[in-house]
Amino acid sequence: MTVYSMQVAFHYEFDRPSGAGRQLFRILPAEIPGRQNLLHAEIRIEPDPAETAEFTDFHGMRVIEMIMPPGLTQLEFVLEAEVERIAHDIGLDISTPLGVLPAEIAAYRSIDPHAPHHFLAPTPRIPAMPKVAEYAARVTRKAVTTRESVEALGRALHRDMAFQAGATDVNTPPAQAFAQRRGVCQDFAQIMVGGLRSLGIPAAYVGGYLRTLPPPGQPRLVGADATHAWVRGWCGTETGWVDYDPTNGCFALGDHIEIGFGRDYDDVAPVTGMLRLDGQQTGSHSVDIEEAPLTPHAGGVWTPALDLPSRPRRIEPPEDDPLHDASQRI
Amino acid sequence: MPDGLGLDAYRALPGTPDEMIGPDGKIRPIWRPLLDHLRGMTPEEISIALARADQYLHDSGVFYRQYGTGTSTERPWPLSHIPVLIDETDWEQVSAALIQRADLLEAVMADLYGQNRLIASGQLPPALVAANPHWLRPMVGVTPRLGHYLHFIAFEIGRGPDGKWWVLSDRTEAPSGAGYALENRVATSRAFADVYAGQNIHRLAGFFRDFRDRLMQARADRDARAAILTPGPLNETYYEHAWIARYLGFMLVQGDDLSVQDGRLMVRTVAGLQPIDMLWRRMDGEYTDPLELAPNSQIGTPGMVSALRRGGLMMLNALGSGVLEARAMMAFLPKLAEQLTGAPLLMPNIATWWLGGAAERAAVLETPERMILSSALETGLPFDRDPPPVMAAKLGPDELARRLAREGAGMVAQETVTLSTTPALVEGRIQPRPLSLRVFLARTAQGWQVMPGGFARIGATGDPTALAMQKGGGASDVWIVSRDDVPAVTMAPAPRGPFRRSAPGTLPSRAADNLFWMGRYVERTEGIVRILRARHIRQAESGRGAEPLQEAIDALLETYGIDPASPIPQGLIDAISAAVQSAGQVRDRFSTDGWSALTDLEKSARRMAPRVTAGDDAARALSALLRKLAGFSGLVHENMYRFFGWRFLTIGRMHERALGMTGIVASLADPDAPDGALDLCVELGDSVLTHRRRFSVSTSRETVIDLLVLDPLNPRSVRNQLEHMMTQIEHLPGAADHGQYSALGRAMLRLTTDVATYPPETLDSAELQALYARIASLSDLITEGYLR
Repeated sequence: MTVYSMQVAFHYEFDRPSGAGRQLFRILPAEIPGRQNLLHAEIRIEPDPAETAEFTDFHGMRVIEMIMPPGLTQLEFVLEAEVERIAHDIGLDISTPLGVLPAEIAAYRSIDPHAPHHFLAPTPRIPAMPKVAEYAARVTRKAVTTRESVEALGRALHRDMAFQAGATDVNTPPAQAFAQRRGVCQDFAQIMVGGLRSLGIPAAYVGGYLRTLPPPGQPRLVGADATHAWVRGWCGTETGWVDYDPTNGCFALGDHIEIGFGRDYDDVAPVTGMLRLDGQQTGSHSVDIEEAPLTPHAGGVWTPALDLPSRPRRIEPPEDDPLHDASQRI
Repeated sequence: MPDGLGLDAYRALPGTPDEMIGPDGKIRPIWRPLLDHLRGMTPEEISIALARADQYLHDSGVFYRQYGTGTSTERPWPLSHIPVLIDETDWEQVSAALIQRADLLEAVMADLYGQNRLIASGQLPPALVAANPHWLRPMVGVTPRLGHYLHFIAFEIGRGPDGKWWVLSDRTEAPSGAGYALENRVATSRAFADVYAGQNIHRLAGFFRDFRDRLMQARADRDARAAILTPGPLNETYYEHAWIARYLGFMLVQGDDLSVQDGRLMVRTVAGLQPIDMLWRRMDGEYTDPLELAPNSQIGTPGMVSALRRGGLMMLNALGSGVLEARAMMAFLPKLAEQLTGAPLLMPNIATWWLGGAAERAAVLETPERMILSSALETGLPFDRDPPPVMAAKLGPDELARRLAREGAGMVAQETVTLSTTPALVEGRIQPRPLSLRVFLARTAQGWQVMPGGFARIGATGDPTALAMQKGGGASDVWIVSRDDVPAVTMAPAPRGPFRRSAPGTLPSRAADNLFWMGRYVERTEGIVRILRARHIRQAESGRGAEPLQEAIDALLETYGIDPASPIPQGLIDAISAAVQSAGQVRDRFSTDGWSALTDLEKSARRMAPRVTAGDDAARALSALLRKLAGFSGLVHENMYRFFGWRFLTIGRMHERALGMTGIVASLADPDAPDGALDLCVELGDSVLTHRRRFSVSTSRETVIDLLVLDPLNPRSVRNQLEHMMTQIEHLPGAADHGQYSALGRAMLRLTTDVATYPPETLDSAELQALYARIASLSDLITEGYLR
């Protein structure tokens, strides 16, 4: 078990005063019983927004809704949080053989947020990609179980693709990133999601964070200075969902702090609205995550911070949080 | 008796039921009065009757938009003049069956966005819902404010070879056609007024009135408004949206007119943000909110889903209702009907098989002859061109087997459909043509009501297979003929207490903006026409020559971006088109006559452009345009209700006229201006007689400036325009709160006062140019205060 203290900051400057705008932020670490606990979270917005609200979206992510007042020249949005992450072992591979997977999917009679059915169809951001499908079939041909296929494709992408910041932007189609064999974590994840789906494996796109500095003696993971993305594949009724990080070529077991998952980037985009990071304004975005001394906060209790330049906004835990229902989880 | 239409030669097609000819080969009795009427008419009389209908459609500007490769054009409405007559007894069965189907769809919708019992019990395959792009995840668990998801839906139905009606398609998202059905009714009743009045034909107005009354009563906040949400004028059915908004008295809004504040939907109006409580959506659900639905939507409102989630808005139909339109649903509805409505379907739908099951795939492989394959999630009509239908038999057994094995879960097979025929006028003769019927249902205070009529599509050829309808054709009115008298109905609500004059509606900022600019463009057109005419009159009188005055006129024209060499220059046509375009954005607030006058002006100018020659010919043509403009202005002046809309239109005209006049005087009344310039000035200001009467001397700089700039009584003077603008602006919301003028009011007051106190002799050209700039700056203040 590790407790991380983290700060996520967005800073925007506008060339000319902006109009009132509505934003959605999906940046709060998820509550995953047995895996991840959000011990403390606090959000600071400068200047004060005109309105804030919070809701839980279909896949269970907590979304902060914010309306900026008109006439802003700059905006700062800072999340400070403490997260407890309980590392787990990947365990034995008892996942379903690929040939049996369709029958198990069909037997899953629900479209609840964790149902595999959501994660098979192409989406606007991850359409069918023949080249990726061909590649996925080739690199997984020796795999017998679904989990082996997930690992084989993830490892192959890690081997064949180069991580290069700036090689793509947030709207680069994954097929193009694959053709140039270069990209950032979003590209790795979207290509792998598309590849798994072409094999008939339900695959979700996961958004989250990585610790900034590695534990002593281990290399620093790639993608730690921004929000990160990885992949979740459904490996049958027994095994359920398994997380794999193709950017780093490893299962996501303890260093990954999850925000949430969805069908593609659009479902988990950290910021939606006029402040999208690809917008007209200049923006910067930083993520700092460090191992914290053992928690000074009692789990699950929100404490407001003191001596802040602007009025801090408490985030109330939702009364009915579907993530507390662990039955479908991982 | 004349039988120019070939009525006696009309026969039903073999094996195909016909609406007019019964199974016994005889004409059905309800058709008699219409046939007798037609038989008694000479060919001339018939063509006059049909022309009356066409004239109505033309005058009302009924059109639909057609998309080609990269372009879109407006097409005249293809009315097929002979109505489809259906017996009331037959119709009662249709109505009962469709109401059952509407209840069934409501129950399925509630389940798909609620408990998901149909999936848990294995009655609907989960993949079918999860892969459907119209199943909107953010709406899961959001219950509609009035308890119902569906409020206005339509069914496409057709009559099969056995004479029974079949459902071809469910339209639950935002069905079009009800407004066109009304227009077809008005046009057809013009053509056959006597028959229509003499026979007991159910009227349509009651259906709309009950629906509207229900929506008005359903508002949670009586001060909030009801509005229709349209994708905008480029949409193929925008005309209908504007028309229905006008007919029902609802506001017509687009996504960027709206915003969401504190969980409530608001519309930007000239009086600030106003709440909207009830929104009738006429666009696909996923485009309504770029934040939580389709991120690339340019026509949505950020926060729409948020407002729905918080119950601050009632939307109909509920977002996500398009999920029910998927063809594959038709494979499951017959079974679901027994469970959810307690009875088998009263009207079957096209036989449909979802090919995710092995038994269904085997069945298609065995008898592929009459099967059409398509995507399970396809929502188009059976006769839509896109995507092209795939005949299962044409694939060949091997390819078919391969495709079913590979893609079966995403496919459906449907039996090919044939339709009944109905008489249509084809090249002057009555001939049988296939028809499919769109029937509309609205939820009213009394439950579902079926519109007693509908929108009939008439095929272009005699081929009765549904696929042949792809080739296009016409649309015709549908008369439900009653045995008994039918009550006359109007849109006026039933009296419930003493008469109260309702407050005039507020004006969305976008509409105000369009009216303001329409006023400006119309006035600019008039200014350009006057200058051009003056030029050509002089050219006709003096022959050609680069006289100094001619040069001065040309320079003035060039400031308008007009090529002086052309008698009807492109720049003039552009100004008219800009006026028409602005008017086209506010069709719901604009009388039909006004619209006709404006489009007529545009057509005339375009027609003249290639033909008119310089000099006398041009002067005459331009005078004709000027008269048409006066006709338009008269219609606006005489008929438009004196409220915000009219005020913005007027402000736009006054503003442009003040600018134009100042510009003319600044350049033509300059001491260095050539001979004749002062007279020209007075002529352009349409003030020749006034000048003669007031000054009874020849023009001088002082008299011209006094008359055209400073005289408050001359309706063309700059001062007169400014004073009128001032009056209008004082009546705008927020113009003078608590005796304090707004920024616009202050600027207006200063300017009017300054102009009123100018001595004419100090107004030199430099001073006039400064005045021009001050007038021009008013436009920005108006925009800032009201138009965004």
